[in-house]
Amino acid sequence: MAKINSAKELQAYKDEVVKKVEAAGKKEVAVCCGTGCQAYGAKDVVAAFQEEIKKQGLDDKVEIKPTGCHGFCERGTLVLMHPEKQLYQRVKPDAVAEIVEKTLKNGEIIEAHLYDNPATGEKHKLESEIPFYANQKRLILSNNGEIDPTSIDDYIAHGGYLGLAKSIEMGPEKTIAEVKEAKLRGRGGGGFPAGVKWELAAKQEADQKYIICNADEGDPGAFMDRSILEGNPQAVIEGMTIAALATGADTAYVYVRYEYPLAIERLTIALEQAREKGFIGENILGSGKNFEIKINKGGGAFVCGEETALIRSIEGKTGIPKPKPPFPAESGVFGKPTNINNVETYANVPGILREGAKWFTSMGTENSAGTKIFSLVGKVNNTGLVEVEMGMTLRDIIFKIGGGVPNGRKFKAVQTGGPSGGCLPESKLDLKVDFDSLTQEGSMMGSGGMIVMDDQTCMVDVCKYFLGFLKFESCGNCTTCREGLRRLHELVSLVADGKGDENTIPLIEELCETVEKGSLCALGTTGVNPVRSTLKYFRDEYEAHIKDKKCPAGVCTELITYEITDACTGCLVCKKRCPENCISGDKKQKHVIDTDKCIKCGICKDACKFDAVRIF
Amino acid sequence: MDTAKVEAIIKKHNGDATALLAIMQDVQAEENYLPREAVEHIAKKLEIPISRIYSMATFFESFHLEPRGKHICTVCMGTACHVRGAQRLVEQLERDLKVKSGGTSEDGLFTLEEVNCVGACALGPLVIVDGKYHGNTTSAKISKVVTEIQKVEGGK
Repeated sequence: MAKINSAKELQAYKDEVVKKVEAAGKKEVAVCCGTGCQAYGAKDVVAAFQEEIKKQGLDDKVEIKPTGCHGFCERGTLVLMHPEKQLYQRVKPDAVAEIVEKTLKNGEIIEAHLYDNPATGEKHKLESEIPFYANQKRLILSNNGEIDPTSIDDYIAHGGYLGLAKSIEMGPEKTIAEVKEAKLRGRGGGGFPAGVKWELAAKQEADQKYIICNADEGDPGAFMDRSILEGNPQAVIEGMTIAALATGADTAYVYVRYEYPLAIERLTIALEQAREKGFIGENILGSGKNFEIKINKGGGAFVCGEETALIRSIEGKTGIPKPKPPFPAESGVFGKPTNINNVETYANVPGILREGAKWFTSMGTENSAGTKIFSLVGKVNNTGLVEVEMGMTLRDIIFKIGGGVPNGRKFKAVQTGGPSGGCLPESKLDLKVDFDSLTQEGSMMGSGGMIVMDDQTCMVDVCKYFLGFLKFESCGNCTTCREGLRRLHELVSLVADGKGDENTIPLIEELCETVEKGSLCALGTTGVNPVRSTLKYFRDEYEAHIKDKKCPAGVCTELITYEITDACTGCLVCKKRCPENCISGDKKQKHVIDTDKCIKCGICKDACKFDAVRIF
Repeated sequence: MDTAKVEAIIKKHNGDATALLAIMQDVQAEENYLPREAVEHIAKKLEIPISRIYSMATFFESFHLEPRGKHICTVCMGTACHVRGAQRLVEQLERDLKVKSGGTSEDGLFTLEEVNCVGACALGPLVIVDGKYHGNTTSAKISKVVTEIQKVEGGK
């Protein structure tokens, strides 16, 4: 494969690829192979399609494309048929033969595989008609359903590397000015303006500068960065290369979680292809500039998402954060100026260069331009990855896109920003989501996790969960964080166990202040957000645990008892399943739980088909 | 562990101490844990104290200092899985496998682990058994999966 040496050659190559695809005239079938769909068996669906099109003699008419994550994880495995963009959902391998025969061969729609809107009962044929997709603005994620992540030609055909070519033509100063004008803010959590970071790194005089891509996505419930790396790795490489040429760096590290083997595999392939084409390596696009990207596998420490900790980890040390300043842009990896952004931030860069800053700022809010990807999870009907314009309300995201709370339960809270974020109640649902509004209300944008909770979620338990996570992940450097989070966890556990008293909440509040003020990095300073936000908006739940010794949501095991109601038909199922043998009762007789022996494992409740097991 | 294997891994990384994390990961990929003799060998070759390697091994979650079981059960403890009852799955598996979370059963058959999040939140709660994802699972369903394995292993 020959190298591409100029913007002109790139354009010519792109035209050639597009022409080739058009000439072949194949119908493309994109099968989502994101982690969620793979867990449903997407790979078997791909294999079934490949076998079936051969069998039915459609090899030269249909191309099966295993792609990255399409976002609608709830309804996997997703099969998107181009160019009409018809979507079949919940496709299993045994449905493939009929799809090939009826839809691909004869153009018939199979109703059974269409999305049925639970709200209206309507069936939707096209992806764009489904409310989950219709209300999104998919700048970055849309390519996930279009391109084969292992084919650089696919990326080029979709305008790939035109942004890099433009940036080379503009030169470093104008490139940085464009990114600044676009008001691109870091998508990893902090929301710091990327252009300002770049400028600071560019200004430094040094014999060596570095670029880092932070792909150590550690927030539980967030998986957007992985989906970008798995579905569209070239966009990240292009963004990093633009940043490198703008700041004067020639080496980069992608620090990616070891739990993401598929992302590492896809990135490795993408780097090789980008090198062959001359987008990285020596003399990039004939510019005379060199740039190399290496992959570092993270060791599995949440604190390494913090930039100085991540840098120490790349240097082969334990990931303990350092005080700032000096900022990484001044003194980063091995003491050299380093620009560090996260995956989603870099993935936004090519579009800004290609389409211009004005295009980017035409989306979003005054101070938060563009889009943001959220992972919408928890007690919500349409679990998945959603990309929306900044400024959309929480209500629209959760109810219009997410389809609301399942099983007719009541919405209670939404948790944003991971362990550094907070829980917002129903009264805040009309909040327009951007970097500043969430912080103002005591939560955070974070990397974009959005966990929906219903009335069966206990907010004391959620708070205990996050503190348990944070105390485990604290690096131990600052006493207030190491010891403070531990004590906070103990105090909140006391509340959950019904052992709190009137002094517990004031003590928790006082300790929050100490942890916030005395800790160096965000793990400690924002780690108190889950405590503060739950205390602020759900204080009555804490009080119910303390004063009434009750867990209103029925979660905290020390405060609940399981009982069998009159709805019991005496079917014996719960009695057989109980691991402690503490349910008595004969066939067709109402059963009784021996509450002294009950360990509150909940198995009887899961097993009961008559909803006769209740928590009191 | 074979010293030649450790030697080859160190050589692959040019004996560079800044690549310590990667060297340790490669050793673990071979052995499933970090054997003491491998740690000693790395320390000698890279001319660094053994304590530095142990400091890394205990800091980063991905390392294991003890051999792990034949079958690995990993319960996802992400927030989405937590609100859907992941903790109860851990308790069920602790009872079934007679081992505390993080430990390996006495017969060496099972290691029960927790992971912060695997990003398959639509399928929560989720348990991964030997690489296979068991999504939207319950105590009863996951119990069945491991008791099946126990039966097969017991029959041997």
